[in-house]
Formats: sequence, C-alpha cells, structure tokens
Amino acid sequence: MSMVPDITGTDPGLENPLTGAGLVAKKIQGRSPWRLAYERLRQDRAAKIAFATIVVIVLLAIFAPVFATITGHGPNQQFITIGENANGGPVPPSGTFWFGTDSNGRDLFVRILYGARISLTVGVLATAISIALGVLFGLVAGYIGGWVDSLIARLVDVMLSIPFLVLAIALAYRVGPSLWVVIFIVGVLSFTYPARIVRGQVISIKGKEYIEAARALGSGPWRIMFIDLLPNVMAQVIVYGTLLIPLAIVAEATLSYLGVGIPPPTSDWGAMISDASGYFQYGYWWYLLFPSVALLITTLAFNILGDSVRDAFDPRGGGLFV
Amino acid sequence: MTSETSALPGTAPAEAGDVLLQVDNLVKYFPVGTSRPFQKRDYVHAVDGVSLTVRRGQTFGVVGETGCGKSTLARCIARLYDITSGRITFDGRDISQISQRRMRPLRREIQMIFQDPIGSLNPRRRVGSIIGDPYAIHDLASGAERKRLVQELMERVGLNPEHYNRFPAEFSGGQRQRIGVARALAFQPKLIICDEPVSALDVSIQAQVINLLADLQAEFGLTYIFIAHDLSVVRYVSTSVAVMYLGKITEIAPADELFTRPRHPYTGALLSAVPIPDPDLSDRREQIILVGDVPSPIAPPSGCRFHPRCPKAVPVCVAEDPPLEPRLGDGPEHLAACHRPMEAGENLAEFRPAIDEAERIVEADGSLLPDEALPGVTGAVGGQEGRTS
Repeated sequence: MSMVPDITGTDPGLENPLTGAGLVAKKIQGRSPWRLAYERLRQDRAAKIAFATIVVIVLLAIFAPVFATITGHGPNQQFITIGENANGGPVPPSGTFWFGTDSNGRDLFVRILYGARISLTVGVLATAISIALGVLFGLVAGYIGGWVDSLIARLVDVMLSIPFLVLAIALAYRVGPSLWVVIFIVGVLSFTYPARIVRGQVISIKGKEYIEAARALGSGPWRIMFIDLLPNVMAQVIVYGTLLIPLAIVAEATLSYLGVGIPPPTSDWGAMISDASGYFQYGYWWYLLFPSVALLITTLAFNILGDSVRDAFDPRGGGLFV
Repeated sequence: MTSETSALPGTAPAEAGDVLLQVDNLVKYFPVGTSRPFQKRDYVHAVDGVSLTVRRGQTFGVVGETGCGKSTLARCIARLYDITSGRITFDGRDISQISQRRMRPLRREIQMIFQDPIGSLNPRRRVGSIIGDPYAIHDLASGAERKRLVQELMERVGLNPEHYNRFPAEFSGGQRQRIGVARALAFQPKLIICDEPVSALDVSIQAQVINLLADLQAEFGLTYIFIAHDLSVVRYVSTSVAVMYLGKITEIAPADELFTRPRHPYTGALLSAVPIPDPDLSDRREQIILVGDVPSPIAPPSGCRFHPRCPKAVPVCVAEDPPLEPRLGDGPEHLAACHRPMEAGENLAEFRPAIDEAERIVEADGSLLPDEALPGVTGAVGGQEGRTS
C-alpha cells in the first residue's frame, strides 16, 4: 500500500529485448488519479479478497432460483412434515436442508440467498439515492453559496439531529412497510454526509481559475456544477458510496428486525435474525447463526473494500489510519 | 527575451483605431470578514476609480505590484465580478450592470487567458473537451465538427492535435498555456484579457508564448489587455501602458514614452528596478529602493496613495488626491496622477520626503505602519532603532 506501484503496470520496455530501445522509448505516462487508485487497489490483497467475496455474494443472489431448483425448495415454501420437528420447531442442517429450516419449516439456505437479493438491492439503490441527493445538494450549496447554502446547511443540521431510527420507524409505520419505502427512507435519510463532503470539496475548488475560465466562456451554473466541478469530487463520492452500501444494508436489516422493513413472507436477513432471536435460547442455533453470518460477511466485505478504495484515492499513498 | 527588438506586427499603433473598450471611474470593493449588525463593514478597495480607453488592435499593458488590483480590474472588465460602481463600455455597449445571463452572448467577444497554467485547466477533463468547451457552451459545433475545430486550434497554437485525448497534467507549463490560448481563441473574440499570461513560465517559454500571442494578434486582429508585473515584458508587447498602485492608475502613457520619460515617481522607482543585462550600465544606474510595503487597501492612505513611500512627497500629496492628467506639457495620451511629476533625467534618489513623519512608512520591513509609529523613532529610514519586535 505504501509503495507507489510500477509506472505503467505492464512494462513495454521488456517487449523489445534485442535493441533495448524499448527501455528508452518507454514513456512515463501521466496517470489520472483514477488510474493510480486502480493500480493501488490491484496491489491491495484485502481489497481483492473483499471484492471477490462481493462478487460471490452477487452471483449467489442472482442465481438464487437455480439453488431453489437444485434443492427443490422455494424460498417461501413450507415443509410442515420434513421441515419441522415434533414440536413444530426448526430442524437442524442436513443433506436436505443445508442450513436447516426456520420456525415455519422453510429452507434457511434458500431464504438466505433470496435475502441477499433484498440486502444488495437496498444497499445499492439506497446508496444511489443518497449519493444523488448528496451530490445535488452539496454542489448547489457549495457553488451557489449565500442563503441557499445556509438553507441547505440548516436542513442537513436538522436531519442530523433527528435520530435516524426514530424517524425511519415513524415514516415506515406511517407509509406502510415495503421494499421501496425502505429504500427511499434509507436513501433520503443518509444524504446528509455525502452532501457535506461534496459541499466542502466544491468550496475548496470553486475559487480555482478553471472555474473562472468556465464562467468567462459563458458556462451557466448548472454546467459548471456538473461538467467542471462534479468530476473533481467524484473520487470522494465513490469512496463514500462504497462505505455507504454496508450502512444501508445494516439499516435495512435493522428496520426489518424491528418489523417496519420488508414485510413477510419475503425473505430478509434482518427479519430472519429477528425471528431467530426468539428461538435461540431453545438451542436452534443455526436459525440465528446463518443469517447473521451472511449479514456480517456482506457488510464486512463492503467495508473492507470501501476502506481500500479510500486508501487508494488518498494522495499521500495510503497508510493504515488515513 | 529574444534578440528581435522590432515592434510586434500587431502592436503597431493603430492610428485612429476606434475605441473598443472604455472604462470610466470603475470601482470594485470587496467586503472583509463577516457582516455584524451595528458595525461598519470594512472593504478592500481593490479597484478605486479606474478610467482607461483601449483602442481596437491595441495591446494595452497594465503593470503594478502584487495586490494593486490589476487582476481585479481584469475580472471586472470580463464581468466575472459585479462592479461596485463605474461604467464599462465595450464595443459601444454599456456592460457595467448587465446580468450574467445577458452577458453570455458577449462572452464570445471578451475572453481571458489566465496566469496559472495549472490552475486554469480542469485537471479531470481532457484537453479536447477543455478547448471544445466554447463550442459546447454556445452550441456552435458538436461531434466530429467540434473535434475538427479543436484540432485546428491546437495546431494553430503549436500543440500536437493528436494529443486531443490527453489530460492537462500530461503537458508542460508552456503547452498548458497554449491550451489556455486556444480556448480563448475559439470564439475569435474581439478582446482578450491576458492576466499575467507568462509570469508563471520560464523565460524562454515566456518568449514563445508572447510571440504566439503577437502572431495571433496579427492574424485575427485581436485587441489585448496585457496584465503583468514584469516591466520588460510589458514594454515589449504593449502599445500603451497603465501603471497601477493600490487600486488606482498612477500613470498611463504610450509604452515608449512611459519607459523613457516616466512622470510619476512610482513609475520611476519601478523602472529603476528593472534588471539591466549590462553590468557596467547596471552599476552606474541609481536604484531607488522603495521603503516599506504597500499600505493596506482596506484603509488606503489619504491624498495620493503613494505618498507614504514617495521620496518627493510634500504636504499637498497628503491632502489632495492628484487627478490623472497630462503633466509638464505632455501630450493628451500621457497622463500622470502626481503633484510633483518627474522631470526628464531627474534622479529620485536625491529627494527626501517633506511630509510629517507620521504620514510615512519608516520601517523597511513594513512592520511599523504610520499609525503605530513609536514617538521615539525618528529619522533613519529603515533604521535599526525602529525594530521593536
């Protein structure tokens, strides 16, 4: 991490061993910060593992129906005879039910795969909403400044001062729980941090001569914000977005845990953990363990990747605690 | 610079060239700090009553120290700043108060070249898109047509058109300034304001960029306002020169006249600071070292703003602001704002100011401003006794 990687990645100079001219001809290319970050990420083993994990989770989520076919168990299918024990409780992991069953005799493994779809959907879409709003408000507040900035700053302050869960529960209860309501609530309520980050960046950039140059050419404020300023804050936005995904996943799980998230019977990790917590004390460990581990691995992978992305974009070349 | 000393092709005095830009009594104040109720707000008097006339085809030089307001003047003329008061007439139109929206079509006629070759190009955009911006913003050309125009421009300013897809960071300082020139040239504007276009460049590169600007002026009939603090550059390119000090024009004259017969002591002091390549000549010349720093533009000195540092200062300089007018029988093109203009061949070093000590800046490092002057400190300009901190 701390080392600046090889200049071009592949060395064209080695391709011409006879003349040696390749070494001279090899140019030091100007590298964009994106390129640098990519090179750094490629060197980062933790990032690679985290990324591979995320790819696996995404593939599992996409191919969840395939596993449903293989096991022959649908996500909401109840197996009252084989999926429940004599007392009507869950049965432990076996060849038939890989991760055991839940309290309703449904296949936990298949449900976790389907739950990944919900988690990833919410994570990505809520983050997209949050980033889109944050970028818009941040750009406007930072570039226009003045009373517009004060207004947005106050709005952000107010939103930050209201506890997220209280507001989210109130909204979800009022509107009625559904996947889209959860995405909307998590996305809208978390725009404040990207907005602050973008605003700060914009304020530091807007005094640059190239912004004056754009104005001298006749660019309007929207063009300046999105063509001239946005590319310069994109790195921070990407970094923050990657870190926001796990937060959104956890927020969704929390809402579902509290019963105001994804309505049953749709399989959802938070709801599963919530159900399982009532059974844990009776020895049904798998019921709680597998959804929790799924949630843990997913958020951990996104968090590690997010940290690595942030380090990769750090102009000081990384270090552990930047 | 270069060995050629002949006047630039485009800078031959445009006889009876009609007026392209007329600035009358332009004032620009910037508020300082945050406003508090019941408290008078301080203002930086960045440009404080500047009037000038720029004729078509001319190169109008503006010189002055850092912070004298020359860049603010440029940005006011380009209407990047709203002006506090005064009047700017461009090509017969009053643009002093028009809105940014109504200004937009006019931007095709007034362009700027900026000082910082790094800061004036967006680091995250490719050169082709930067130079193509003028066409994109005003919807003049798109797609392949835009690319062709941009590559023509790149070729015209001496860049390799194949570098269309590169980022600014992949160019040298001089090349980057050429990109800035190409961008300003895209509209074929009537007026280009060059805000210290070469001061961030190596001397050899300066010459190339200046020659490029001169060639373009000849080819497209451009008018320049050329801002610099390097007097030799300004002398080389300009037809007329205005000298600015603390937001005001102190002297304005045809270039040769200003450099051979300066009237304002400030101009004289500036000229004496220009390095002369010949060491013998340089030794014989008397340099006038100005004492102290430029006073704060928040509360500029009364009367002539130069009086605290002027070796010829007399009480009237403190009391009265001298008007900008022809002095000592100069022609109408040579104006100076000075009560005691310099005669030809006069040696400024022989003069001692004849004004009250409290009106002067006595410390060489400027730490002792007039209102803080200790009662015990007298005489010796820049003397050690005065060093209190």
